[in-house]
Amino acid sequence: MTGTYLGMPAFPRAAAAATQDTRLRANLTRATGTIRAKRAQAIAELDDWTQLRAAGAAIKDRTLRHLDHYLEQLEAAVTRAGGVVHWAADATEANRIVADLIKATGESEVVKVKSMATQEIGLNEALAAEGITAYETDLAELIVQLGDDLPSHILVPAIHKNRAEIRDIFSESMSQWGRPAPEPLTDDPAELAEAARLHLREKFLRAKVAVSGGNFMVAETGTVVVVESEGNGRMCLTLPQTLISVVGIEKVVPTWRDLEVFLQTLPRSSTAERMNPYTSMWSGTTEGDGPREFHLVLLDNGRTATLTDEVGRQALRCIRCSACLNVCPVYERAGGHAYGSPYPGPIGAILTPQLRGTSTELDASLPYASSLCGACYEVCPVAIDIPEVLVHLRERVAEQGGAGHRLEKAAIRAAGWVLDHPAVLAAAERTASRTRRLHPRRLPGPGSGAWSESRDLPRIPAAPFRDWWRANRTTKERP
Amino acid sequence: MSSRDMVLGRIRRALSDVPRQEGPEDVPVARNYRAAHTAHDPGELLDLLQDHLTEYRATVHRCHRAAVPGTVAAVLARRGARTVVVPQGLPEEWLSQAVIEQLTDTPPLSPRACDAADSVVTGCALAIAETGTIVLDGGPGQGRRALSLIPDHHLCVVRAPQQVVASVPAAVARLSPNRPLTWISGPSATSDIELERVEGVHGPRILDVVLVHP
Repeated sequence: MTGTYLGMPAFPRAAAAATQDTRLRANLTRATGTIRAKRAQAIAELDDWTQLRAAGAAIKDRTLRHLDHYLEQLEAAVTRAGGVVHWAADATEANRIVADLIKATGESEVVKVKSMATQEIGLNEALAAEGITAYETDLAELIVQLGDDLPSHILVPAIHKNRAEIRDIFSESMSQWGRPAPEPLTDDPAELAEAARLHLREKFLRAKVAVSGGNFMVAETGTVVVVESEGNGRMCLTLPQTLISVVGIEKVVPTWRDLEVFLQTLPRSSTAERMNPYTSMWSGTTEGDGPREFHLVLLDNGRTATLTDEVGRQALRCIRCSACLNVCPVYERAGGHAYGSPYPGPIGAILTPQLRGTSTELDASLPYASSLCGACYEVCPVAIDIPEVLVHLRERVAEQGGAGHRLEKAAIRAAGWVLDHPAVLAAAERTASRTRRLHPRRLPGPGSGAWSESRDLPRIPAAPFRDWWRANRTTKERP
Repeated sequence: MSSRDMVLGRIRRALSDVPRQEGPEDVPVARNYRAAHTAHDPGELLDLLQDHLTEYRATVHRCHRAAVPGTVAAVLARRGARTVVVPQGLPEEWLSQAVIEQLTDTPPLSPRACDAADSVVTGCALAIAETGTIVLDGGPGQGRRALSLIPDHHLCVVRAPQQVVASVPAAVARLSPNRPLTWISGPSATSDIELERVEGVHGPRILDVVLVHP
């Protein structure tokens, strides 16, 4: 990936452009519609879904409230099992650690398993600057990399592309990265998958270093878990001599047994399968099987800042299933790119502003990228109350000010004063009634155009209610 | 200050609202979800396992213990396999009727040698009926992880009833985190194109499962 999210416009502008893209709209509607129906079916199979969901949330809360304890426990267990643990306070440090580890092997190319954490820190770009080529091996990540594009979905980063577009990308760009696509190539998904298999096989067989993320890390055993479908993960985790996993600190779970919850909720929430095709679990290194060197890079990069917020910290429960994206009416229409972050959709709208802060116009706009309909909360397998956090973050953005918010606050302050003084309020109401013919039908002023175009202002009654009451009430008391 | 100390320090400051006397176990986790979603009748479990394996495009062959060599030979022949990777500890009789070149892993086969092989035959640690999953843990007859990954055809023998568990919780309880584990549910697949499942990417594109009942 050579693209960047830097300098992207705030959500409303990006979304306004994206919603005009009819092909994007069609691709998203089709894909999210397909998965929504399947997910509902997969979840209906488990009559204890509610309990599993509550347990998942509780396990994550236990972890987060004692994160220091579990990270130290994890570090000790991974070390005992033959792995090396590194700590990265931010993206720059994580990239530095990974680049140095790769350089120490003498290699200049690595194969990569799809990972949100390495997207977040811009690892591929950082490695490229050091002369190291990172090959994405997940099919969707490959599509994004070959198309010089940006991911737009947590699980299916190329969801914004349809099969015909993917065919064109493969035909045009595979040859620049290695083995060209077979000719002729149709847009049959099976044939496209075959093209990816051929293109990447050579890279897997010769790979010496792999970089991965991780879905879970078990504190008590030092086990890292990667959940995947295609087998590219297994290739990367098994064949190279050196494996470097970059994992966010919030991915730790306390016990081995805790996996029994997430291995039920994650596949059904993400790909709507009873179980994803492949899950790999390893603890450190194993003599005669797999990498000889294992490095685990624990990434903070804004997670501790998120943890500080007692309401917002629940976002760190996220297991990256992307169910919230697939049900979100805003995501379905705006697409993932409008969120300007590797984490799009509802979870992105609460995670990105917490990880990155709300100082840019884009990040400050994200908590507003929602209609607060609550569908995201309903499907979340770890019960993150996304609407609650959205409202909480809106408050934070409003507190920090900004043009619109200063005006709004002044107006609310003025209204508060009037409402606090009955005589003033009565006078204001009478004035409003007397001048009702002069009132505009629609809300005037800047910024209200699009919204008020189709909405009339409520009509002011001929007399304020208090005056009407005084004139019409009878003195008869109830019996 | 090291980054380790910095990150741990940030965490402790971030959690200033957590009472000092609260221990990790004080945060309650209710495990009132089910240990299994199905009855423990071995026959029913085997049927369920077969259904779920089949649903994810694995091909299931059921046979008695005595018929394993014949079944394995027939499946390998049907797949047109001429070379098969044989992990250490695989029961010899399983391949006793197959007319095929056997590649053992001593000394370790190179990735390219595995890539050139047509098939791999393995046992497993266990199979999960509710999800249609087989789990390999590198034990006898399973080999290191690369062996069951690179050949395009994987034939896995599951011994019922002892290797069949009902649920994910039952599997987690029986597996050892000290071993490298691979959970396999059907042949490799992807949902990356329009969120539709397509079988056959990097892992074995054909998965045959021989379910052995006593």
